[in-house]
Amino acid sequence: MTIMTYRQALHDTLRAEMLRDERVFLMGEEIGVFEGSYKITAGLLKEFGDKRVRDTPIAEEGFAGAAIGAAMLGLRPVIEMMTINFSMLALDQIINHAAKIYGMFGGQARVPLVIRTPGGGGQQLGATHSQNIELFYAFVPGMKVVAPSTPADAKALLLAAIRDDDPVLFLENLGLYNTKGDVPDADAPAEIGRASVTRPGNDLTLIGYSRMAHVASEVAASLAASDGLDIEVVDLRSLRPLDRATLVESVKKTHAAVVLEDDWLTYGIGAEVAASISDGAFDYLDAPVRRVAMAEVPMPYAKPLETAALPSRDDVIGAIRQTLAAVGRRAPRPAAANGVAQ
Amino acid sequence: MTTETIQLLTPEGERVERPDYPLGDVDIRGMYRDMVLVRRLDSEAVALQRQGELGLWASLLGQEAAQVGSARALSPRDMAFPSYREHGVAWCRGLPPVRLIEMFRGVNNGTWDPEEHKFHLYTIVIGDQALHATGYAMGIQRDASEDEAVIAYFGDGATSQGDVSEAFGWAAVFHAPVVFFCQNNQFAISAPPERQSRVPIYQRASGFGFPGVRVDGNDVLACYAVTRKALRAARDGEGPTLIEAFTYRMGAHTTTDDPTRYRLASEVEAWRLRDPIERVRAYLARTREADAAFFEQVEAEADELAATLRAACLALPDPPPMSLFDHVYASAGGGSGSAILDAEREQYAAYLGGFAEEGAE
Ligand SMILES: Cc1ncc(C[n+]2csc(CCOP(=O)(O)OP(=O)(O)O)c2C)c(N)n1
Ligand SMILES: [Mg+2]
Repeated sequence: MTIMTYRQALHDTLRAEMLRDERVFLMGEEIGVFEGSYKITAGLLKEFGDKRVRDTPIAEEGFAGAAIGAAMLGLRPVIEMMTINFSMLALDQIINHAAKIYGMFGGQARVPLVIRTPGGGGQQLGATHSQNIELFYAFVPGMKVVAPSTPADAKALLLAAIRDDDPVLFLENLGLYNTKGDVPDADAPAEIGRASVTRPGNDLTLIGYSRMAHVASEVAASLAASDGLDIEVVDLRSLRPLDRATLVESVKKTHAAVVLEDDWLTYGIGAEVAASISDGAFDYLDAPVRRVAMAEVPMPYAKPLETAALPSRDDVIGAIRQTLAAVGRRAPRPAAANGVAQ
Repeated sequence: MTTETIQLLTPEGERVERPDYPLGDVDIRGMYRDMVLVRRLDSEAVALQRQGELGLWASLLGQEAAQVGSARALSPRDMAFPSYREHGVAWCRGLPPVRLIEMFRGVNNGTWDPEEHKFHLYTIVIGDQALHATGYAMGIQRDASEDEAVIAYFGDGATSQGDVSEAFGWAAVFHAPVVFFCQNNQFAISAPPERQSRVPIYQRASGFGFPGVRVDGNDVLACYAVTRKALRAARDGEGPTLIEAFTYRMGAHTTTDDPTRYRLASEVEAWRLRDPIERVRAYLARTREADAAFFEQVEAEADELAATLRAACLALPDPPPMSLFDHVYASAGGGSGSAILDAEREQYAAYLGGFAEEGAE
């Protein structure tokens, strides 16, 4: 085990994979000379040269498409979209081609492509630069979408993504890059499509991914200390394939669930999670599944408004209390809820 | 193809005669004043950002001539589509600088009325505005309006985006009255123009079937004359022109960037000798079109502008919390435009109301 940041775990894993497999190469804007907008690729141009670390023109659709071609011919490109917002310029290449080629060629051609990209609001980057649109990719059969919340998962899921034969959108988060944690030294890829129960409990299942998995753990720990609540936390880790079995199993035990997401509520990832729980564990639920999400507005640039738009810890605690009150397991307290909780 | 750069004023302040690019009745003192003032407003904004008063700022330092020269060539009815660094264009369009400050401070999203100043909102997703400008120009064609044209500003990096190529193609095919004004400031964050194009940027126009011209982007007279000619051609139904203003970004990409990591100080020094303001000052002094009193007065005006801007910035109120739900839908009627949003708004109002009650206790 080594303690390191999420950023360092990504960097070290990319480097290790490039050393292990010379088919792995990187492309993206500002990833070489500039070492990446968020410094994930620091030092890699120097070490591997510009055949393996390629600074591209500002053309997201261009390098996504080129990476697809390279992947079909046996290379294993890992491309960086500066933020997930700019991946929208490459939607056609990703959704119409990366995700379809395997099927449309009857299984004869593969696209082992990894698209690394950070999402996440809260950095005061304005409406067009602060979106959480991983749903676009999670919606599409043929794509895989993983979203690590810890440095250990950043490593394990990146290993898995690079070695996977399908296109994987690898969702990072601006707010997580500096977070620290233990990272196993072993070369142990995660299994894509598996959620993990990061904190066992009996009173309620709290579900999140990426930054919100963090918030879930923090809130569960603080409510354990303040209220003696025994909350189970599930980190989704993979948005497609979604691990329905783990969700259903957890709710069968706790009989209540709250889903946390940084994206918009309507049609968001939480809607699919709630529907999965309702499909698989309806008879076990003692209260409706609640979702905590971002306000349904374009992200404001003003700091106080941005903070208000994002789901807060108060929102999460409010949703938990309301759910437990509905269950009748704890006396309700006045909920402090802003933003959205439904 | 040879690379010819149109220049009307040398870095030493000598006039170059170019009958093919007439200047007309040009107010060189006014251009000088504009450039000094926008440089001062820019440096004040950088300082405000450093002091934590603005979220971000993208400095125009070094690009004053490209912006002031081109913007002064616009007629009041022409429309400008900026990217995010065109504070000098905003100034020439009469947009009060505090409106830019409001946006970068995060008080609002840049809520000026684009039609009032004929200056569109800033666009940060690279290159997209080239298409908006083209569409606007097609609207002008539909109205058969003969005294209007459009100018689209973007950077060297933006020329790699599909949107910009598509705008070129469209504008060419439809003879849209639009001028594409590319400020080649030698960087797209850290990437040099060679990363974007194998040929000089202005030469790309010929492949689309319209003229391209490179102008000394640090020469305000040349930028003015070249843009004026291109706008006139656009208004006369001759279609688009691509202007590549060859200039240099003297500052950082934005306030979050440290350019010393990727460029040499000697290069910056070499460009300092081609400063866009100094050459006009030299010209005005040598020809005695301006005296010491004029230069002092402009300096004083610049200081006053900076002080006023700073005071106005610090006095800006935080946006009201409930404004979070404003302006999601245009067809909102009395509510916010959707039942879900109305419910969120009510819930948030109740939450804020809870604090007010606590305060009252
Ligand atoms: C579609 C898209 N991709 C990437 C970015 C990130 N980005 C912001 S500014 C910039 C460089 C733009 O360079 P250029 O067009 O030369 O304009 P300049 O900043 O030099 O004025 C990049 C890549 C973005 N804003 N939008
Ligand atoms: Mg540039």
